[in-house]
Order: sequence, then C-alpha cells, then structure tokens
Amino acid sequence: MKSALPILTVVTAIVAFWYVGAIWLNAAWAYDQAGREGIDLTFRSLISETWSQDRPKLPAPHQVVSELWSSTVETRVTSRRSLLYHAWITLSATLLGFGMGAAFGILLAIGIVHDRTMNASVMPWIIASQMIPILAIAPMIIVVLNSVGVTGLMPKALISMYLSFFPVAVGMVKGFRSPDAILLDQMHTWSATRPQTFRKLRWPASLPYLFTSLKVAVAASLVGAIIGELPTGAVAGLGARMLSGSYYGQTVQIWSALMMAAILAACLVAAIGFAERQTHRLLGQHAP
Amino acid sequence: MSPALGGVLAIWGLAWWLNARAVRAGGWVGRIIPPVFFGATLLGLWEISVRTFDVSPVLLPAPSAIAVRLVESWDIIWIDLVQTFFRGALTGYLIGCGAAILTGVIVDRIPFLRRGLLPVGNFVSALPIIGMAPIMVMWFGFDWHSKAAMVVLMVYFPMLVNTVQGLAAADSLQQNLMRTYAASYRQTLFKLRLPAAAPSLFNGLKICTTLALIGAIVAEFFGSPTRGMGFRISTEVGRLALDMVWAEITVAALVGSAFYGAVAFAERLATFWHPSQRA
Repeated sequence: MKSALPILTVVTAIVAFWYVGAIWLNAAWAYDQAGREGIDLTFRSLISETWSQDRPKLPAPHQVVSELWSSTVETRVTSRRSLLYHAWITLSATLLGFGMGAAFGILLAIGIVHDRTMNASVMPWIIASQMIPILAIAPMIIVVLNSVGVTGLMPKALISMYLSFFPVAVGMVKGFRSPDAILLDQMHTWSATRPQTFRKLRWPASLPYLFTSLKVAVAASLVGAIIGELPTGAVAGLGARMLSGSYYGQTVQIWSALMMAAILAACLVAAIGFAERQTHRLLGQHAP
Repeated sequence: MSPALGGVLAIWGLAWWLNARAVRAGGWVGRIIPPVFFGATLLGLWEISVRTFDVSPVLLPAPSAIAVRLVESWDIIWIDLVQTFFRGALTGYLIGCGAAILTGVIVDRIPFLRRGLLPVGNFVSALPIIGMAPIMVMWFGFDWHSKAAMVVLMVYFPMLVNTVQGLAAADSLQQNLMRTYAASYRQTLFKLRLPAAAPSLFNGLKICTTLALIGAIVAEFFGSPTRGMGFRISTEVGRLALDMVWAEITVAALVGSAFYGAVAFAERLATFWHPSQRA
C-alpha cells in the first residue's frame, strides 16, 4: 500500500483541523460562561471546556464518536433512540430506490441502444431531467404522494430511484456501445441475432461501465433517501435525526447522524466494489 | 379501458410513429425534431390527461395553469431567483470552485499530498454533504451567507478532484519539452498544464452547476428569510398551491440549464482544440 501513509496523513490533518476548529468556534460560549461565573479561563481549561460542551457549535470528534458508540452499541437496536434503527430505515429506502433505479436505467439503456427513435427522442430528455433540482422538490413529492395514499418506504425510494437511474442509464448506453465495430461485424458474420449479440458481446463489454455507474448511483440514492426523510415530520431515519437535531440545537446528534450517513455511503460503495471484484474473478479477468 | 385513456394512448402511438419517421429523415431534421416533438407530446398529454381525468390541481396542475402562474407571479419569482441563485448559488459556486482550483494547483506541487488527498477527495465526493445544511444555517445565519457556504462545501471536493486529475493530463513528453525550453514552473503551469487540464476543469465546473443550485435551495429548507426559491417551495407546498411550486421548479430548471449551458459555451471557446469539441 503505497498510498496508505499519505491518506493517513491527510485524515490526521483533517481531524487536527477539526479539533482546532472546535476550540475556535466554541471559545465564545466558553468565555461567556466563564465570565458569568467570574472565573478566568487558562488556556488548558479553555481547551477542555470547548471540547466537552453539551451543545457546541462544532462538537469535537471524540464527542461525535462517543455519541455514535452510545447510540449504536449501548442502545437496543429496536429502540427509537438507536442510531442503527434510523440507519436501517434510511438504508431500506436507499436499497429499494437503488434497485428500481438501476433496473430502470439498464432497461432505458437497452432501449436507447437498440431503437433509433428512442435514442433520438429520449436521450436528450434524460439529460434534461437532471436539470430539475429533484432534491429541492423532494419534500413536495413526498407530501403529494402521501396525499395520494402512497406512504411509508415508497415515496423516499422513488426519489432515490430518480437520482440513481440517470448515472446508470448514461453509463450503460456508453457501455453497450463500447464494443468495436469490428467485433459487432464479427457477430454479424456469425449471423447472431440481436438478443445473442446483446447477451454475448454487449452485456459483458458493458460490465466495467456498470459497476462504475452503480457506485455513483448508490451514493446518489442515499442522498435522495436522506432528503426524502426531511418533510415526514422528523419521524424516523437519518434525515429525520438531522432535522430534529437542528430544531433542538442538538449539534452532537446532527454530527453523529452525518457520520452514520458517511459510514453507510462508504459501506455501500465498498459493497459494489466487492461485487465488481467477484464478477471479474468469475469471468476470469483481472480487476482494473 | 375507458375511451379517454384509449385516446391518450392513441395520441402517444401516433406521435411515436411520426417521430420514428422524423428520425429516419436524418440530417438536422433527424436530430432536432425528435427530442422537441417528444417533449411537446409529453406536455400535451399531461395537459389533456389533467383535463379529461379531472386530476385535482392540488396533486398535479396542468402545464397551462403553471405557465399562467409563472407569468402572473413573476415579480415574486424574480425576487426569489435573485436571493437563491445570484446571491446564494453563484457566490458559493465562484468561491468554492476558485478555492478548489487554487488548492488543486498547490496540492499538485507536493506529490505526497496529492496521493493522500485524491482518494480522500473522491470519498468525500460520494458522501451526503447535503446533510451539512442545518449546520451551515446554524453557523452562518438565515440569510444567503449560509446558502453560499453550503454551496462551497458541495462543489469543493468534486472540483478539487477534477483539478488534480486535470493537472496530471499533460504527458511527460510535453513536460520534458518545456524543461528543454528552460521554462519556469509558472510558465509550464500557464502555458502547458492548465490548458491541458481545461477539459477536466470544465467537466468539474459543469458538474458543480447542478450541485450549486441544489445546495442553495435545500439549505433554505432549514431556515431562510421570507424569500428564496427553497423557502417559497416549502411554504407553497404547505398551502397546497402547487401551481406556484411548479412555476418555481420550472424557473429553477431553466436557470440551471442556462447556467450549465453558459459553462458549456465557455468550454467550447476555451477548449476548441480538444477532440471532443471538434466532433
């Protein structure tokens, strides 16, 4: 691992910046408290004070980690105070939306590659569809779907789907078209049917594109699920934890929900990376 | 099947058949007409469906109703647009992308930093940064400053990754040539490496246009003065005035496309030499 040391250095630097930032941002409050109690803050006590406030402007890393620990390991999973419970709510919507989005994206790509009319008329609109700031109107979509009677997991999953179908569709169109003309001609000389060409040439050739776009899609899907939880009135899920945290000024809670979301994102991307390596091994290729 | 639904499907089929004809015509007719026609068909069917099936305007207003609302409430929408786009999104976009390009150039001088920062930047780009919005509102207050800060956070890492990758685009042969000319670091940077990085830089700039608008709008959900597109969308949803919401969305989509188009146009001017622009 040649890059392990540089990465470690950068991460350490970020954590160090974080601690310094915590002192800087929380100092005003610490001085205020000390002034009220008539104590002079020494430099040491200032630091220990800024790193251990109840509602800091910026919680120190160890505060976030201890909150993460106490709300995951030390709380029962079924409890509403458990962060794992909220993470699971978000994750289930993410996975459902991601599955639907990936399937829809692949189907669209198949249609676009095989049908000229679809290529000419739908492709520009797929790109234009991403110009609608869907994240910004996600709350409205949730409210409208709720009033039609679509509740629970589905509205959030639909937003995730909208965000995740795009990278898959665009990536797979590229992937299905990646075989050289000479290879397509070869299939032609064997008088392969279109389904045969697709199954034996286009689909295998598109696999690297598939996994790259799936990684992008799963990250987008998670963002969609989190934003989708904002308008549900802070009931459950990581987005709801952030919203209720911001209502009550519980900064440590916001940051631990953020951290949990980051961990989730990392796990999802890593899982797809793992699937990619397994697929390459099955096909007898070297992973890129 | 009800006759109305049959009619809608019949129009769809007819339009699709016409489009297939247009594609086969080739030339500019085959390129321009199909997408325009497809979009017009969608809008037309939307309008017809809303009218024939009596869809409640609370659920889905007709395109014509949205257009009327857009024209009638233009002064409110303009105020929102200035607040959200010009103050929040554009300021944040300029600061964020500028800072990222500067950091990229600095990081590029130190290979150790580059090896560490690139994976971290890639990782952070995949994180749900948008979740920082409530924190930014807490730190920078309700007005546009917190929105600009949110946008800076959203665009910084994707832009940084693209800058660093772009600066690696000039190959060693070209860099050696600059060495033989005895070019200084600054000369190499401005005459070779930045121009060579331009396609990658513009790729980042284009991705960031969408991110900027989304960041500015979403940050308004966590607190804003009584203007701004995010504020308007969330309050009008509460009042079930969906035509106003859709009017704001239309404007947001149009402004977003125009922003993207402007950057793409600048790209054409700046990287006219690149193979992808000559096709």
